[in-house]
Amino acid sequence: MKHAQIAVIGGGPAGLMAALAAAEMGAGVTLIDRNSRLGGQLVKQTHKFFGSEKQYASVRGVDIAEILSEKIKENPKIEVMLNSTVVAYYPDDGVLGIEVEEKKWVKMKAERIVVATGASEKFLLFENNDLPGIYGAGAVQTLMNEHGVLPGKNVLMVGAGNIGLIVSYQLMQAGVNVKAIIDAAPTIGGYWVHASKVARLGVPILTSYTVKAAYPNKMTGALERAVIWKLDENWKPVPGTEKVFNVDVMCIAVGLSPLAEILWQAGCRMKYVPELGGHVPVRNENMETTVPGIYVAGDVAGVEEASSAMMEGRLAGLSAAQSLGYDDGSCEEKKAEVKRELENLRSGPVGEKIRKGLSKLAS
Amino acid sequence: MRIEEHPILTFKRGREVEFTFNGKKMKGFEGEPIAAALHANGVRVLSYSKKLKRPRGFYCAIGNCSSCLMTVNGEPNVRVCTEKLREGMVIETQEGRGELN
Amino acid sequence: MLATNGIPTAEELAPRIPPAERLKKGPVAVIECFQKIPCNPCYTACRVGAIEKFEDINDLPRIDFEKCTGCGLCISKCPGLAIFVVDETYSESEATVSMPFEFLPLPEEGQEVDLLDRSGAVVGRGRVVKVRKGKYEDRTPIVTVTVPKHLSMVVRNIRVGGGKK
Repeated sequence: MKHAQIAVIGGGPAGLMAALAAAEMGAGVTLIDRNSRLGGQLVKQTHKFFGSEKQYASVRGVDIAEILSEKIKENPKIEVMLNSTVVAYYPDDGVLGIEVEEKKWVKMKAERIVVATGASEKFLLFENNDLPGIYGAGAVQTLMNEHGVLPGKNVLMVGAGNIGLIVSYQLMQAGVNVKAIIDAAPTIGGYWVHASKVARLGVPILTSYTVKAAYPNKMTGALERAVIWKLDENWKPVPGTEKVFNVDVMCIAVGLSPLAEILWQAGCRMKYVPELGGHVPVRNENMETTVPGIYVAGDVAGVEEASSAMMEGRLAGLSAAQSLGYDDGSCEEKKAEVKRELENLRSGPVGEKIRKGLSKLAS
Repeated sequence: MRIEEHPILTFKRGREVEFTFNGKKMKGFEGEPIAAALHANGVRVLSYSKKLKRPRGFYCAIGNCSSCLMTVNGEPNVRVCTEKLREGMVIETQEGRGELN
Repeated sequence: MLATNGIPTAEELAPRIPPAERLKKGPVAVIECFQKIPCNPCYTACRVGAIEKFEDINDLPRIDFEKCTGCGLCISKCPGLAIFVVDETYSESEATVSMPFEFLPLPEEGQEVDLLDRSGAVVGRGRVVKVRKGKYEDRTPIVTVTVPKHLSMVVRNIRVGGGKK
């Protein structure tokens, strides 16, 4: 049985920051990630990040991953377990089950656990939505930006939130033609600056449109054609408004939902909050769940921007370390600063949904 | 289709290796996900669904959704979006549940 | 309209356009940031204090056009790629527009390119006078192109190669 003071599950923006913060206070950290490199989904973010200097604004996500990974590697308090998937939490004794390489398992008892497992892509209901060629927008980003393989030639992007807009821009950068970006909502959900970036490339953004059906190529069985139609003010499709796109790829960017399996296993109290992406853990202001010693941070705690995930990670890491007695006297002040940062990031009009979700979660 | 030149990124690829897909020889780079290598070779149909035998490709590409299960070196239900390509791998389209020998 | 297609209307644009008297004096930054989002690198990038300090990180940038020298150091730092520098004093008939351009191929200085408006429509031809792509720009090269003077607030993208419709 392995032992850890603080186990951080997930090496994305939240987990990396949690590990660094806990180590900064002097705690020993074991950072566990199922991939062969750290960074989580940062590694496919080729755009410069928003926020302030504290969240590495103006630095590309892929470079933030590099900067944080380096800091982790240099930190003697942090042990990194790559290619390791946490698959179980035994609630009776709080032991984690980890697959460390193919069919090899270890058990780990950690005094504190920070769960920073992220989120997975949602799906959309329409005729033939299972055709090969219909991919999550994040999947296309992985294929293209991490592995350097193009998803196809012509793309219909479904969803005009930040992910849909950003991935459209990245597809165009890689030389793929984005025929249109559609969204069922009457207005663009993502940042307008992202929308303007793709608009001036000549990519039309069609709001109040949804997918009616997809059709396969008879020979290959993969996507060949997509049909969209307009929604009226009651979100009902309007027959006769169909538009046809000859596309070999359709990207679905309709949101994420928290990857909370471990929290369910641990018996953390969960609450359904649509504004935060689905079932999210109830937690206190230090990011501790209803199971003492289990903390959360990032998308698993509620789907949000990477900048907030980093700040939540830092807060969870500081809190977990402090609860073990690691505090050089600066912990409270540092936590207060992170809380102010989080409040700032969420205080504007684009943070309204998150604020609403968090207040529902707290009630 | 592989990206050779990119305005932001450079790609570090492993050595070129050979593998087979349904008996057909193909090339990919060692260490990349099998799904990426297949996609670069134009393969998008990875399996057929259990009941209706509908063609399936990957969906999430990061090991979450299980849309990309294939038979690799005789073992079924391998998530090829995260499983790394190795020299000489035998990769096959999976039909239904797959059989364990 | 920004909220429905990402393209600002004339009314939406108006408050972000520098005054005509300022434009007559030389290059100046045009910050096409219309939405309160948590972001402030334009402020931290400005070396002459022309972008006012953000009270709240969600504030829209406020620029003092008299202080702005049009140096363009903010262009590549804006994560939204929403900052342009317009110089209406370039010549009798031409202005220049400097813009972020993260695409391949990158144009050469002296090369003719298509000029695109905010919807990606071709509105004319221009000549690249400068390409900045140093360490500071960090893979967000800044391309300066000549544009007919009356299109200085219209042209916001280029297409390399071009010539074809």
